[in-house]
Amino acid sequence: MMGRQITVRGRVQGVGFRPFVWRLATDAGLRGHVLNDGSGVKIAVWGTTAALDAFQQTLTRSPPPLAKIKEVAAKPLNIPAPQAGFYIAESDSGDIRTEITPDGATCADCLAEILDPGDRRYRYAFTNCTHCGPRLSIVTGIPYDRAQTSMHAFNMCAACAHEYQDPSNRRFHAQPNACPVCGPKAWLRDAQGTITCADPLTETAKRIRQGQIIAIKGIGGYHLACDATNAPAVQRLRDRKRRVAKPFALMASDLSQISRYCQLSDAESDLLTSPVAPIVLLKVRPDAPLPGIAPGLDRIGVMLPHSPLHHLLLKDVDGPLIMTSGNRSENPQVTDNDTARRALAGIADAWLMHDRDIVNRLDDSLMQLDDRGPIVLRRGRGLAPASIPLPDGFADASPTLAMGAELKSTFCLLRNGQAIPSQHIGDLTSAQTYADFRDKIGLFQDLYDIAPEVIAVDMHPDYLSTQWGQQLATETGARVVKVQHHHAHMASCLAEHEVDLSDARSVGIILDGTGFGTNGTIWGGEILLGDYCEFVRVAHFQPVALPGGERAVCEPWRNLVAHLMAAFGDDWEERIAGTPLSEKLAQKPSSLISQMIRQELNAPLASSAGRLFDAVAAALGIVFDQQLYEGQAAMELEAKIGDPAVCEGYPAAISDEGVITWAPLWSALLADIQAGVVHATIAARFHNGLTDMLADIAARTASDAQTKRIVLSGGVTQNRFLQQYLAAKLHARGFSVLAHQTLPANDGGISLGQACIAALEH
Amino acid sequence: MTDRIDMTHGGGGRAMADLIRDLFHKHLGNEVLDRGDDGGLVTVPGRRLVMSTDGHVIAPLFFPGGDIGSLSVHGTMNDLAMMGARPLYLTAGFILEEGFPLADLERIVWSMANAARDADVQIISGDTKVVERGKGDGVFITTTGLGVVTEGVDLSAGNVLPGQSILVSGTMGDHGVAVLSKRENLAFETEILSDSAALHGLVADMLVAVPRLAMLRDPTRGGLAATLNEIAATAGVGMALDEAQIPVAPDVAAACELLGLDPLNTANEGKLIAICPQEDAATLLDTMLEHPLGRNAAIIGETIADPAHLVQMETAFGGTRIVDWLAGEQLPRIC
Repeated sequence: MMGRQITVRGRVQGVGFRPFVWRLATDAGLRGHVLNDGSGVKIAVWGTTAALDAFQQTLTRSPPPLAKIKEVAAKPLNIPAPQAGFYIAESDSGDIRTEITPDGATCADCLAEILDPGDRRYRYAFTNCTHCGPRLSIVTGIPYDRAQTSMHAFNMCAACAHEYQDPSNRRFHAQPNACPVCGPKAWLRDAQGTITCADPLTETAKRIRQGQIIAIKGIGGYHLACDATNAPAVQRLRDRKRRVAKPFALMASDLSQISRYCQLSDAESDLLTSPVAPIVLLKVRPDAPLPGIAPGLDRIGVMLPHSPLHHLLLKDVDGPLIMTSGNRSENPQVTDNDTARRALAGIADAWLMHDRDIVNRLDDSLMQLDDRGPIVLRRGRGLAPASIPLPDGFADASPTLAMGAELKSTFCLLRNGQAIPSQHIGDLTSAQTYADFRDKIGLFQDLYDIAPEVIAVDMHPDYLSTQWGQQLATETGARVVKVQHHHAHMASCLAEHEVDLSDARSVGIILDGTGFGTNGTIWGGEILLGDYCEFVRVAHFQPVALPGGERAVCEPWRNLVAHLMAAFGDDWEERIAGTPLSEKLAQKPSSLISQMIRQELNAPLASSAGRLFDAVAAALGIVFDQQLYEGQAAMELEAKIGDPAVCEGYPAAISDEGVITWAPLWSALLADIQAGVVHATIAARFHNGLTDMLADIAARTASDAQTKRIVLSGGVTQNRFLQQYLAAKLHARGFSVLAHQTLPANDGGISLGQACIAALEH
Repeated sequence: MTDRIDMTHGGGGRAMADLIRDLFHKHLGNEVLDRGDDGGLVTVPGRRLVMSTDGHVIAPLFFPGGDIGSLSVHGTMNDLAMMGARPLYLTAGFILEEGFPLADLERIVWSMANAARDADVQIISGDTKVVERGKGDGVFITTTGLGVVTEGVDLSAGNVLPGQSILVSGTMGDHGVAVLSKRENLAFETEILSDSAALHGLVADMLVAVPRLAMLRDPTRGGLAATLNEIAATAGVGMALDEAQIPVAPDVAAACELLGLDPLNTANEGKLIAICPQEDAATLLDTMLEHPLGRNAAIIGETIADPAHLVQMETAFGGTRIVDWLAGEQLPRIC
């Protein structure tokens, strides 16, 4: 009999890994024990060499659903085998760095139980096991056990306690374990009070079918739900939420229901049914009867039920639901029952509540599939707070807290060669989101036991995250490091791909709306050359005025005027004379806007990529007056693209100083408008021309700098066409292209880059 | 006399004496100033004095609703008034640029005289300096004021506690938009006037009605947003405002929307912020509404306990946003 010590690193704690090992070893008749320690799971096991090999192989190849193995190391164990048996030992050190696990969607076993009339958990909405259920959403402290979760309020009944203590049971040490006898309960209420009914889920389903809007407490917060096929109900939800055009997400009961409305690939199906259960952006079938869900867009966000409550509800309703975050516009999704009753009064007709408290608000994760695989657009439920392994060189870095940006805010902790980005927290300009942000920074520092010595902030002096970071630093004595916005984007992408410190020099194509530059002006269309430590701005978009500052971000037509003026000077009006554009701009106070630009009156210059998209969208009349949600103009422009391969890109020019100017583009684009060229072609030519220019400059810069790596980041690179064209054009010239996959390319990913840059700065 | 300021007007010679006599004394004269001494000798009733000083630089010098002259009187008087004082005397220092038209100077001094007369204060001492062409911007005026405060009146951010009411005396942003429109030659449908005014009369009425008034402050540069943030930080409280209650004149709101400015970040020169115990708020509001300078007064929110000392505001859409305290110029943050 041979002995072997196997160490498994990765996300292997709190996911049922030890019972899994126990079952595997017991089934194979192996002897030994398994325990958690600081490095992961440690197994000492004895058996024949063949049996040990088979054991190790199964362990590596089919771990529990929520586990993520990063490394399995084995070495011989030259001590005698124990007499008999395999057991789960107590953890052997106080220095356990338990990783907090993301919440997992209901597993197949739990689903089977809640649908089985003979099971004691039949139709129980809070069923879970070590393979699924709430995790981060209920954690209040470490170590992760029931007393440090919001399940501490519920005492396990004898049956549940038995499961919890039995290593052969799927619920062994399942901290949120519960059943109808001892666990959380759901109820339905309206403005008057609790509604008496046999089954609150059936009653909720009935009301939804009748067209009501129901606030539903889920895993990470409240949703507002209504029947997605009921046009008046959808409109009512838009009116009450004052959400005029921003797309709604759907929840469908299963894949076959989704495929009735959307085109669905195998990879997309896999993503939808994964434990993350994200919202996935899917191409809508042209004939899909989904009124007013995503106006002007060709894709909608769809998810499957991720908790027993949602499974049961969707089965009862038997049709897709709108599932939008339960909030008043601007505010974060509400998480507690009292606030839900107050804040959603006037929006919801009734509330499906439960009594398991949500500790950490988690928005639904948002993902899409492109030719690289699954891409994270918003990192929330099911993904956070998984740690990101960093390349060598960060292991000795000072504990660092990075504060992120202002909108789509996240923060990030860095210690021991790992980064822990927070979940998507939202737009800090909302007082409640900002309060949540500050609160969660404190909670995460406790959970991960980190006292930051370095605090990384954006260079923008008015970002609330910058202000709070500076205040925290004053209180704790931590050192503040100011990080340039687009450098942080670039470093985030490098870190995500574990690019080695010693060889990180890369070219970055960083495209976004706005970020504070090192020269005190607003940047946003940048070609950088640099690494984790430093960068130079090699080329950038021509600075164009934002007439009215943030007002220009909301109103695309202002950017059109600014871009036309930048391209044609005071003659711009003559250049568009006779076009429909001229008439549309005549309805607007364009002369005042051009006066503001000329006089530099609240018209700061910005080399923004996002505003160029806005201006082009406005020129086509796609989104002209006002963007009703962030990125609307660019998204609708992207949705217009026909067949990009067949048309020549618009020209652009670059000066010796590396300033990219758009006068040639605008001349050609206006000529196309005058010639009546269809929008699909104009949109494709725009994307083609832009990517031609960017690929040329990036390739030239990379060749000069003798690097083969080109990094794409910034919110604008979430545009799939732009990303794919750029990658294709650069691949064709022999460059490797890194773009975000596991973290958002937009400002949600920026905190990771800030943390890496600041941690290395001495 | 020539028609423009030249260096001799600051030289201490006869030209300067002529200017003082023929222009300053002509308009500002009173028995103290007319004595022509190096300082103004006065007897001040009571023992609680407030002094405040304020430099005035503004482009353009003349704007709808006022000019640098009236502004330099109102500005310093309002600083006294915010302490609960009855202003009595002002002194004025002029820095004149060589080449500045005397006619414009006379308009300014005349306007100062009017403002002082209307407010029942005297300008009792002055100074004139001339700088070379290109080293000034026409006229700079620094005024210093002296006022008396009744025993028992104590207005200070130190009195502000959570749970008190926050009031403003009228519409926000008028002065800033008026000056900007004139300076930048912007044509709006209606001409927007500066609200420049002396507030001590309004303050006197308010103190009679609500002697327990906690504090007053005039939201000048930086507007309501900066001033409230400053108070919150000093007093160690948070604030919760209701956007719908904050008065903004429709033409100012429209201009701000076009220009992309926030009326809450825009300057006022004839408005005040008052903070008082909640139970006195209605009385205070009624008193303010009866005064011509308070006829658009409103209760706009309350102080709250908040260790982060944030000013937040419930918006028209039911959201709650942070009211910014900007580092400087407004720079876009939307990404």
